[in-house]
Amino acid sequence: MATDKRVIVVGGGLAGLAAAVRLAEAGTPVDMFSLVPVKRSHSVCAQGGINACNEVARQQGYSEYEHFDETVYGGDFLADQHPVLEMANWAPRIIDLLDRMGVPFNRTSEGYRDLRLFGGSLFKRTHFSGATTGQQLLYALDEQTRRYETEGKVSKYEFWEFLWPVVENNRVVGIVAQDLRTMQVRSFRAAAVVMATGGCGLVYGKSTNSIICTGAANSRAFQAGAWYGNPEMIQVHPTAIPGADKLRLMSESARGEGGRVWVPRKKGDARAAKDIPEAQRYYFLEERYPAYGNIVPRDIATREIFAVCVNDGMGVNGENSVYLDLTHKDPDYLTRKLGGILDIYQKFVGVDPRFEPMKIFPAVHYSMGGLWTTFTKGSYNPAGPIPKHKSGSPAPIGSAIGQGMQPGAPNNAMTNVEGLYAFGEANFGYHGANRLGANALLSCIFDGLFCGQSVQTYIKIADTSAAPQSLFDAVVRQEESKAAAFTSTVSKGQPTPENNPYQIHKELGVEMTAACTVVKSEPRLRQAQVKVDELRDRFARVQLGDAATWTNQTLAYTRAVGDMLVLADAIVKGSLQRKESRGAHYRTDHPDRNDAEFMKATVAKFNPADRSVSVGLMDIDASLIEPTARTYGKKP
Amino acid sequence: MATHLNATPPPDAAPPSRGPATPGRTVNFKVRRCDGPGKPGRWETFAVTVERGSNVISCLQQIAANPVTVEGTRTTPVVWDSGCLEEVCGACTMVINGKVRQSCSCLIDNYAPGEGDTITLEPMQKFPVVRDLWVDRSRMFSALRRLKTWVPIDGTYSQGAGPKETPDDQEIRYKLSECMTCGCCVDACPQFLLEPDPARWETSFVGAHAVSLARLFNEHPTGRTLAPHRLEVLSGHGGINDCGNAQNCVKVCPKHIPLTESIGQIGRAVTVHQIKKIFFARPDPHAAAKGPG
Repeated sequence: MATDKRVIVVGGGLAGLAAAVRLAEAGTPVDMFSLVPVKRSHSVCAQGGINACNEVARQQGYSEYEHFDETVYGGDFLADQHPVLEMANWAPRIIDLLDRMGVPFNRTSEGYRDLRLFGGSLFKRTHFSGATTGQQLLYALDEQTRRYETEGKVSKYEFWEFLWPVVENNRVVGIVAQDLRTMQVRSFRAAAVVMATGGCGLVYGKSTNSIICTGAANSRAFQAGAWYGNPEMIQVHPTAIPGADKLRLMSESARGEGGRVWVPRKKGDARAAKDIPEAQRYYFLEERYPAYGNIVPRDIATREIFAVCVNDGMGVNGENSVYLDLTHKDPDYLTRKLGGILDIYQKFVGVDPRFEPMKIFPAVHYSMGGLWTTFTKGSYNPAGPIPKHKSGSPAPIGSAIGQGMQPGAPNNAMTNVEGLYAFGEANFGYHGANRLGANALLSCIFDGLFCGQSVQTYIKIADTSAAPQSLFDAVVRQEESKAAAFTSTVSKGQPTPENNPYQIHKELGVEMTAACTVVKSEPRLRQAQVKVDELRDRFARVQLGDAATWTNQTLAYTRAVGDMLVLADAIVKGSLQRKESRGAHYRTDHPDRNDAEFMKATVAKFNPADRSVSVGLMDIDASLIEPTARTYGKKP
Repeated sequence: MATHLNATPPPDAAPPSRGPATPGRTVNFKVRRCDGPGKPGRWETFAVTVERGSNVISCLQQIAANPVTVEGTRTTPVVWDSGCLEEVCGACTMVINGKVRQSCSCLIDNYAPGEGDTITLEPMQKFPVVRDLWVDRSRMFSALRRLKTWVPIDGTYSQGAGPKETPDDQEIRYKLSECMTCGCCVDACPQFLLEPDPARWETSFVGAHAVSLARLFNEHPTGRTLAPHRLEVLSGHGGINDCGNAQNCVKVCPKHIPLTESIGQIGRAVTVHQIKKIFFARPDPHAAAKGPG
């Protein structure tokens, strides 16, 4: 089935690598573009694990269907439901495959894959490799990709930056990219392009994301005509270590393994943690959510921590931090299960969390929103949505292939631009208004493997070879002149804070973090809109400090800042549009969920004429489960 | 850098200070610069105001925003490689005060606790400089291709689970699998020499990281099927015999991977492999360039 039609994969994290392996295996040559050697992609930072129904949980009443139900409920009924069902159905097979690739999953004493508890579920269904699961999964797929690279089926363009898609009559025919060392800009032809380009944490300045997670690639696809779904759905992770350059994640697995979140009951209690007796500790998550306790979903834990610190002023030492306490667990057990993250805490804070509670605070972590994509429904289509699944009860349907999404349908995970796909975090699908912990790695690999098959089907019917060279040359010229316009500013004298790209980015991060994270409101969002408009205006006069024609990082950074500003605009406008509270999106002026008006996707579109962003609402596929109140059994 | 969640006042919450180091003090960064391959090198020094919890990356970010040397000369921003900033991606390796390590986990309070202290930043020594502190480490990935450090699975279609494994074996493989190809081990190795010419990588020392990953995949029940190929490569030029047993690698490995243990084990396996070759000579099915790897 070898073909001379090539596929471009932009991004070498889990989603991109899984797609490359799937396509190369099918005989399709793949050109892979990455800002970094793919082994250094941001997927390495994922810690806790990957969810899948497993035989142990199954015998206790769990099922793929319950995983699906949890994910939809966890996402507050915003996700298209059929794709979620298919992802949950596939999850066990994905774990088996990773196991065959040699991922060192933690083991039980008998040698089976060990499992841990994770947010939003009462069953142990999270597979893990220490506390660096993302790193281990990425390495396994990196190795498989290297194998195909050695066989000549995958060509890697590392340290190349995606600049723009080449689109002809709303169909993608290739991309333009730049070598970040030689600064050469050139075009590449392809029958299909997969955007596996991750999230946009850097829009918020400091986040748990790697410095490459600017969202610029998605922003460029958006500016070139792809729609952007649910931009306002940004996950703020409850537990991170504050830092000068980034906010380092402390995995949810710390709570899954028994970690307890607390503050002193007495406001301003200055005693050391170990001197505060049990009765004088306020385990606020356990008290407020007796069923789920510390493993409530992230948006809920984050809001509770935020309320305790900011509204009630009960943070540790009056600061914005709470304890994440593992000291009641056996230190050897902790090392085996959580060594990776405990080392990070010790390295960056200088305190051993095996013996002293960690001090943590929420941080921007993940974008549920992303490029809008579509799909073809599979064979499971009940007459109408059925009530929420009762945990542990028999599933209404088994997990055979083809029930959620139709395998190989060319439009699965395709954007509104024909042949342009979005996989992984770059895809707005699966997670709705809030992602459950350990579902991200799953959605990345599922997209790569399952929707990779769809790309394979699509390129059989798509012939882009007739696209004129002039089209590609025009986009190369567009990008070259954009770069030249940036570097030409260097000679215009001393930069001022007003037009310094680093300063613009810093102000953007501060504003977005203050206005567009845990708590939002109309007046504050309006203020943020004014600020983003001001920054976009200032960016038009941005001035660089480096005109080098070799390895000009300032140019790449500045260009990304411009694209981040466009995404920020979409995030603010989406937040304004959604006059309700749902999942990670909490509006103090509209504190309730409003299904009648807003159980819909916000879809942002870019108008190239005046470079404006507009946001509308689009129906979602909610045909499988009826929405219910998402309370996680909170005590009134 | 107050970017905290709607909190007022913004707590520039950094980890609690551990030593006498005072926030707000000035630290000098003496940086080895080079505009590109073949260009002359030069030193430039920048004064940076450090906060609590500052690390080399946050200081380089400050320099990038306002690249003015201590002499008051405006220069170009320093170029460096970085990624995760939490020591799992391996990107930001450089030589700091003469020692190779990741710059993200290099806390200023430990390296320069006093006002006016100086920290020296240089690129890694064993790789060609791209620009300033950014080096080209593609030779390391080339070694992984050469050694076929992967599990040769049949394909991605469902075939059930992988082999069972004891927790002890998993712990050994997990440790080896934490290698992030950061380059510390080879930069500190006296036998691993700068070699800018890719054509000569095939016969140049693969380095401790690659030997250790060969061991990782030789340990895996399916990965083991490529062991004869790996041992054959490691028997040849640039293989295990190039190791001079200086043991620098294991001392600088940020993940504390037992590199010398891997070298010892692979050394013994190579010996056995060579003896087998003498007594049971048969062609290595994986030696051909396009073998089923």
